[in-house]
Amino acid sequence: MIKIENLHVHFGAVHAVRGVSFNVPAGASFGIVGESGSGKSTVLRALSGLNDDWTGSMRIKGTQLAPRRGKDFFRRVQMVFQDPYGSLHPRQTVDRALSEPLEVHGMDQHERRILQALSEVALPPSVRFRYPHQLSGGQRQRVAIARALMAEPEVLLLDEPTSALDVSVQAEVLNLLADLQERRGLTYLLVSHNLAVVAHLCPMVGVMQGGEMVETVSREDLRAGRTVHPHTTELRRLSTELEEA
Amino acid sequence: MRVEIQNLTIAFPTATGISHAVRGVSLDLGTEKLGIVGESGSGKSLTARSILKLLPRSARITADKLSFDGIDVLTANESAMRAIRGRRAGLILQDPKYSLNPVMTAGAQIAESWRMHRKGGAREARAAAIDLLAQVKINDPGRVFDAYPHELSGGMGQRVMIAMMLAPDPELLIADEPTSALDATVQAEILRLMEDLVARRGMSLILISHDLPLVSHFCDRVAVMYAGRIVEQLGAGELAQAKHPYTRGLLDCMPALSQPKPRLPVMTRDPAWLA
Amino acid sequence: MSATTGQSWRDWLLTDTPASRRQAAWGERYRLWCSFRSNGLAMIGLVVALAMVVLSLSAPLLASYDPGTQELANRLARPSAAHWLGTDELGRDVWSRILYGGRVTLGMVVAVVALVAPLGLAIGCIAGYFGGFADRALMRVTDVFLAFPRLILALAFVAAIKPGITSAIFAIVLTAWPPYARLARAETMTIRNTDFIAAVRLTGASPARIILRHVVPLCLGSLVVRVTLDMSSIILTAAALGFLGMGAQPPSPEWGAMIATARRFILEQWWVPTIPGIAIFVASLAFNLLGDGLRDVLDPKQR
Repeated sequence: MIKIENLHVHFGAVHAVRGVSFNVPAGASFGIVGESGSGKSTVLRALSGLNDDWTGSMRIKGTQLAPRRGKDFFRRVQMVFQDPYGSLHPRQTVDRALSEPLEVHGMDQHERRILQALSEVALPPSVRFRYPHQLSGGQRQRVAIARALMAEPEVLLLDEPTSALDVSVQAEVLNLLADLQERRGLTYLLVSHNLAVVAHLCPMVGVMQGGEMVETVSREDLRAGRTVHPHTTELRRLSTELEEA
Repeated sequence: MRVEIQNLTIAFPTATGISHAVRGVSLDLGTEKLGIVGESGSGKSLTARSILKLLPRSARITADKLSFDGIDVLTANESAMRAIRGRRAGLILQDPKYSLNPVMTAGAQIAESWRMHRKGGAREARAAAIDLLAQVKINDPGRVFDAYPHELSGGMGQRVMIAMMLAPDPELLIADEPTSALDATVQAEILRLMEDLVARRGMSLILISHDLPLVSHFCDRVAVMYAGRIVEQLGAGELAQAKHPYTRGLLDCMPALSQPKPRLPVMTRDPAWLA
Repeated sequence: MSATTGQSWRDWLLTDTPASRRQAAWGERYRLWCSFRSNGLAMIGLVVALAMVVLSLSAPLLASYDPGTQELANRLARPSAAHWLGTDELGRDVWSRILYGGRVTLGMVVAVVALVAPLGLAIGCIAGYFGGFADRALMRVTDVFLAFPRLILALAFVAAIKPGITSAIFAIVLTAWPPYARLARAETMTIRNTDFIAAVRLTGASPARIILRHVVPLCLGSLVVRVTLDMSSIILTAAALGFLGMGAQPPSPEWGAMIATARRFILEQWWVPTIPGIAIFVASLAFNLLGDGLRDVLDPKQR
């Protein structure tokens, strides 16, 4: 579904992503972990079309992506952001946020689709006309997921979707993401700094450091500690150290 | 040094009435490392900040007792509080990007903090600042002294912040999510550094965090807060013996790297926890 | 009974679970109104500004004389029961002229605002959203206009066409838009990098749609504030143009022109030029207080 080869991204003189390649089959999940500045979010933003200054090759369903994307791309690929406080327009109700993709793509049956999307992310219909400041962090992130699903995409890009949430809410959102994937056959590309979260959702994990993907490892190998690159080993050690306490 | 809190309540007036953020919290702190853990809105930060009386202006605070080393914080005036804040008790915040002055060099800020509490000349202050930077394990204190906050990484900035707070030689350090903005590798270093400094200087530490495993790993004692109350207090390494369903729920709902969980248990909040 | 319906209206507006778009929108407005209402000075500004607008609009009902009727036998009269605010150098009733003059002066202000705000907003949002060449080009034009002293530019413009209310309005618009464009540009540049705009871009929405439906509503708050704060200076510019004979032409009763023609009498018959001066002062102050209050409510940065 997603095929990225030799992706490079520059910000002025900074070479943020240096030749990253990976594949994600349809209906699967691929996770990217790394520390801040490793370039993991930059890969996601280049793929989503938010950053058009890149070189290399990116394909979705075999279609080569150009720096500028057409409307059909945005029906196929959607994104969920890290900060549920920043990703919803502060002066727009949930209803407005959810109808926006429908209007842009000229889709029909707004009423039915909005109510269905709310129930799909387990939000009561009563939140429909609320403003973001009237919602909790977890509810906002559910709204953001619902918005991403409005245009019925096949690929969901998840940029640290649970990092700003409390652990109990994180569990609910991760379960929701797993359910949605099963129900809709979505393909996920998940970026996070939390190894446990990535391993929970994704069978394959890419580890990034300094703009390069230093290792791609299966979740089973990661759990068992069969890692090759020292950075992966270090991240794994820090993550398991606290679990055993 | 001893902090005593008995039956602390903090409330805020809102458009529709009064909302209680902290309801009847009692805590005793000696020379030890105390962790306060809870989710956002549990009142953990407010509880710790009430010791320094650093609360939003609209907060209404009541307590049977709230004292810092015998000083009644509730009745203390501003100048008495200023003698505690910064001098006898320091506060480290989550993101050094926002708590350091962007137009002053790191060294100047530490030196100023040192001079504010101890009389000394500019040269002595500079020497003290460089010494403090060395104490927070900065390899090249001379270079960092002359660096501006934006030239420092998050971990470096947090070390500078800690050095600044250590300058007046405080007895209590309150760290409010000191490592949440940092990478895992840096987080471990900063915590190790704080642990080391606290032990060496005989300080008390209050570590506020949402990360239960991290805090219990690091502190002597952990208080778990839920909806403005302390629901459970645990000793170090007793996490496995946690009894309260909320604490258990917090531990269970985290994805773990060591053992796979096909589905994460979701916490059902019992209204009885609020009683 | 009325207390209970009032209470139920309040509950309907303040509910956390509105049932329709309309209820949510009105609830949000009611919340803003509640926080505005708690500001005493701003309320005074609002009441005074509204009162002046209402008085000017109902001038034909309230005026005791026709503003143009001359009564040369009774010129420069002191305030009395017959002429509440006295008469001017041609024996015209000042009270009536103030009321009718409010229509001209406040009307000019409204016309200027109605033209300036959309113009500045459009230029600023386009420059801020697209950046790059569009930004540089539009901002240099803005700088050119900012470089001239406001009154001089307006004077030159009016002098080049013919003096009158319409050309005065256009002259003020021409000199008043650059600060609005700068403000809208600065707002847009912070808004355009937020995640919620990124999210709208990812729905595939066109730039025009993003600017109109998502960026502009957020700029509007600070723009409205700026407009009300600026209204006093627009009144003063309009009055200054009138004073210099470049605005409203006699016998049209415009506050600035009224001061200008009566300034000869400031020592002997001081009330003749002073009364329109007070009107200008009160209107400016009211709009200023209103603007300050609106800033507290609308400007998210001050919250």
